[in-house]
Amino acid sequence: MPVIDASIFAEVLRWLPFVLWGFALNILMSALAIVVGTAAGTLLGLGQISILPTVRGASRIATQLFRNAPWLVLLFYCIFLMPYTVTAFGQTYNVPSWLRATIGFSVPVAANLSEIVRGAIGSVPKGQWEAAEALGYGRMAILFRIILPQCVTRMLPPWMNLYALLITATPLASIVGVEEALARTQAAIQSQGSSDLLIPMYLGLLLMFFLYAYPIARISNAFERRFRPV
Amino acid sequence: MNAETRNGSLITLKGVRKSFGTFEVLRGVDLAIAKGEVVAIIGPSGSGKSTILRTINGLTPVNAGQIRVGDITVTDPKVDKVALRHRVGMVFQQYNLFPHKTVLENVAMAPIQVLKETRKEVEERARNLLADMRLPDKAAAYPGELSGGQQQRVAIARALCMQPEVILFDEVTAALDPEMVKEVLNAVKKVAEGGMTCILVTHEMRFAREAANRVYFTDKGVIVEDGEPKAFFANPQDPRTKEFLDKVL
Amino acid sequence: MIEDIQKFFIGLKASGINLTIFYDAFDFERFVSGLLTTCELVLICTLFSVLIGGFGAAVLTLSRGPAARIVQAYVALFRNTPLLVQMYFFFFAIGSLMPTARNGIGLPVPMIENFTWAVIALSLYAGAFNVETFRAGLGAVHNSYEEAALALGYSRRQAFRYVLVPLGLRFSFASLANNLVDLTKSTTVAYAIGVAELLYVSNQIWSDSLNTFEMMNVMLAIYLILTGIVVWLIARLQAAMRLPGFGAS
Repeated sequence: MPVIDASIFAEVLRWLPFVLWGFALNILMSALAIVVGTAAGTLLGLGQISILPTVRGASRIATQLFRNAPWLVLLFYCIFLMPYTVTAFGQTYNVPSWLRATIGFSVPVAANLSEIVRGAIGSVPKGQWEAAEALGYGRMAILFRIILPQCVTRMLPPWMNLYALLITATPLASIVGVEEALARTQAAIQSQGSSDLLIPMYLGLLLMFFLYAYPIARISNAFERRFRPV
Repeated sequence: MNAETRNGSLITLKGVRKSFGTFEVLRGVDLAIAKGEVVAIIGPSGSGKSTILRTINGLTPVNAGQIRVGDITVTDPKVDKVALRHRVGMVFQQYNLFPHKTVLENVAMAPIQVLKETRKEVEERARNLLADMRLPDKAAAYPGELSGGQQQRVAIARALCMQPEVILFDEVTAALDPEMVKEVLNAVKKVAEGGMTCILVTHEMRFAREAANRVYFTDKGVIVEDGEPKAFFANPQDPRTKEFLDKVL
Repeated sequence: MIEDIQKFFIGLKASGINLTIFYDAFDFERFVSGLLTTCELVLICTLFSVLIGGFGAAVLTLSRGPAARIVQAYVALFRNTPLLVQMYFFFFAIGSLMPTARNGIGLPVPMIENFTWAVIALSLYAGAFNVETFRAGLGAVHNSYEEAALALGYSRRQAFRYVLVPLGLRFSFASLANNLVDLTKSTTVAYAIGVAELLYVSNQIWSDSLNTFEMMNVMLAIYLILTGIVVWLIARLQAAMRLPGFGAS
């Protein structure tokens, strides 16, 4: 079994730029999804602690529903049930599949972040709420001036973990036709037609993701140790 | 700003009742505190002393009864909470300083953000208060860098900076190491001697005897007995009071 | 009874909600078999991943040498790479190295079929997360318990088995529930290597009957129920093992 062989190594290197450009798409999708998901998730998380029962109920249901749904199912949902074109300002834009996949990823990110926000707010000692109330602060002021600023450092490690989870979920987009790193790896192997490339190419792909995600996980752990709540 | 109600008291409680679920913690509390009085409330755990304090500044709503602070009716559903908290300050057992703000910010932020006073005035007042509390050089420090006793003194300064008419002290030395209790009690004494109306829930009997004008004893949700400290501690009238004092003195 | 149900859903079709699985016998059978496959995957992979997790955590806690390094490398690798790529790697890359067997009628058949590869990939993936979960649970047990055991003459292994493990397990439940919910959701990835689990058969059904929207919603509901069952079971286990006065309240 000539798995490690000079010519095979050269072949893998030849395909490397092709696959790396696909990996750039993975990174792009993850960057957009984390931004959109964080914004939506923060709103959803605040909704979960709202004093209005309808807002609270709706936020809780949405969070539970999208947290417990498989990422691949949500992806299918968005791909199949989202319009292919969008008309705005008189122009019709094509919504490319990678963009639809990104929206598909934003949904579970938002739901997970909603829980992270709720947990962080819940971990702030009740005494902070009482002291602020005793000084005359209203609920919104307490939330935005006293509680949320203390939540930021608590949310950083789980947020980074969520991003690591997200980047390792992006290859699912290949199943719905997005030409990212995994799809390109498979295309490369197919075009070569030889099974000698299978193991090296997949190992290379695994290595690519590992080199990106592992440092993020380490930094997240370091933050967790530093920001241990007093 | 009418500082006294018709019978001369700054704070009155009449027939106040409060239940948490099925547990009735206040069963008809009557209290009248005059301006400038220093009042100590003592009693066994669960007798409702801290709850009484919390009803006065509206942190805990009551089920029945009437509470007045000056000309503000606390039990009125439409009470102006900001005006109430301007009149009534509170210091907590766990200090509850805001960890993400410096000591100076902790003391100054509420008058600036809630009462909308000018920053320059408030910060100067805050620095003076910190000096009074013997912490003049800690203004730029964060609460986490201070000892428990120092944090509690900052908490007292924070309550004072709102320029209230009465300050509620909720077992403020209970969470401190013994060597820091004295410095905080001295700070409280200073506040009381300055003419502030003070209501203290405390376990420090010696302090109650020295600093208070009047001592109240609560048991099972009612005020059992009250009196001037010397007479109260030397000669308690009610058998429940006698039993409690025997245990703690 | 069955006819009534079928009639109801055929009637529903007229109003726009087309749920063939409830009135078409073939679709119903397909759907049920997909659901059963998903459940099989969840049960088998839960078993293996918990065993892997327990073993790995034991190695990490009890040793510092090469064995621990290997476990750390395994955990780092499987947690920081995509499950889908791992699954393809096993099925296509390693699968290509396996000799092919011949089935009854002489046609070549892979030695390890896709369901088995899915079990291997999912168990290793979830196992890596479980190693971390159990290691953290063991680490949360206070030193003093182990010290007490050692002082009584237990060896490190015995202290581990009789003291650390029972206590550490109780700290692991929340994180374990999380991992098993993730595992349940991750079974859908087996779709990519052709395992006929729930997503795969639902896809077949909506391709034939063009009721994509309805099938998606049914799937969402079923996964919600499945994960709910997982969480409930773990909660029951946790309640059954609860020790009064110990651990997080």
